[in-house]
Amino acid sequence: MEFKDYYQIMGVKRDAGQDEIKRAYRKLARKYHPDVSKESDAERRFKEVGEAYEVLKDPEKRAAYDQLGANWKAGQEFHPPPGWDAGFEFKGGGFTGGDASAFSDFFESLFGEHIASGFGGAGNVHRRSQVHGGDHHAKVLIDLDDALHGATRTITLHTPAVDEQGHVSTSERRLNVRIPKGVKPGQHIRLANQGSPGVMGGRNGDLYLEIEFRPHPFYRIDGRDLYLNLPVAPWEAALGASVKAPTPDGIIDLKVPAGSSGGRKLRIKGRGIPGSPPGDLYVILQVALPAADTAQAKAAYRSMEQQFAFNPRSGLGV
Amino acid sequence: MIDKEILSGLLLDAESSLTLAELSRCCGVHAEFIMEMVEEGILDPLDPNPNCWRFSGVSLLRANRALRLRRDLGLNLAGVGLALDLIDEIEQLRSRLKLLEPGG
Repeated sequence: MEFKDYYQIMGVKRDAGQDEIKRAYRKLARKYHPDVSKESDAERRFKEVGEAYEVLKDPEKRAAYDQLGANWKAGQEFHPPPGWDAGFEFKGGGFTGGDASAFSDFFESLFGEHIASGFGGAGNVHRRSQVHGGDHHAKVLIDLDDALHGATRTITLHTPAVDEQGHVSTSERRLNVRIPKGVKPGQHIRLANQGSPGVMGGRNGDLYLEIEFRPHPFYRIDGRDLYLNLPVAPWEAALGASVKAPTPDGIIDLKVPAGSSGGRKLRIKGRGIPGSPPGDLYVILQVALPAADTAQAKAAYRSMEQQFAFNPRSGLGV
Repeated sequence: MIDKEILSGLLLDAESSLTLAELSRCCGVHAEFIMEMVEEGILDPLDPNPNCWRFSGVSLLRANRALRLRRDLGLNLAGVGLALDLIDEIEQLRSRLKLLEPGG
């Protein structure tokens, strides 16, 4: 297993005081709390920081950890030296961070037994009372199409499991989940009893799946509404035109009103993600200029210049 | 677990609805604690009459998040309420921002 440098994780020196360690922990916990942070590996970092603090905040665990020596490097292959903890006494001070099964093998190898005995009384790994299993959270990545029509998605979950000796291993589980028609980004689906198993007849935890959309090549999604940038030619915007536009249900003929300028938003009611009420499709016009890459095209632009007394910057007073 | 089995969960949207008992069971807390969160303005029941309180699925997510913030960061309920409101606001701003980003 890999050595963990708890001081490095916490961003403090090895001789940091308990106050400093607590401050560092509070800052990092706020920074990486999965409910607050948007960093992709927030959950892993939060657990790592929780584990580091579990050791460093407790003077007994910290002293035992310190006497492993300062020469270990993070990630280095590590086995606890025999009798490494001789002369240290752990009271099993309890967890502030909550979920002990989330701690690393490294932590487990150093402090695992002490925790087990701290929990259940002398030599007994199990708690005697019923314990509810923990809830699990996962994201499920879907396509816009899945929200429009409904779909079934197979998700793979990696679940840490604790065996009878208190060792942590990861098991893989696949679930087929129905994605209901009309889901929006950020919505959650709750699957009752699909979290961690309960102990001694306690009920299982639940599984919460957060819906996340894969980016679509041209629709942007806001709730149930869709946004589409639609390029139009200058003459279509100026004179009005009927142009083809894609929608999730197929191509439509869209009437561009005469005198439209770039950025004009046209609403096509009910063509977003279905629901009650269904979302709308907003088409945002973008005036595209033909390239002036031939003598003919250049002449056409010159002729426009002569025909229009046009100062696009008049509003700026120049 | 049969591989072919297809699970249908509860979509936690504004339309889904849970009783006080269901909500407290899902969160693994006593009903009194849910009531404290209502008093603090963290959770809004769909019907304000306490005899037939019902909560939307969104309340379940909010309640779970409140419990985690309280446990992990040592916040009191007032602090939790503030944090949740700010998180909501940031999420709205982020999604607005995404709409404005070219090609986003």
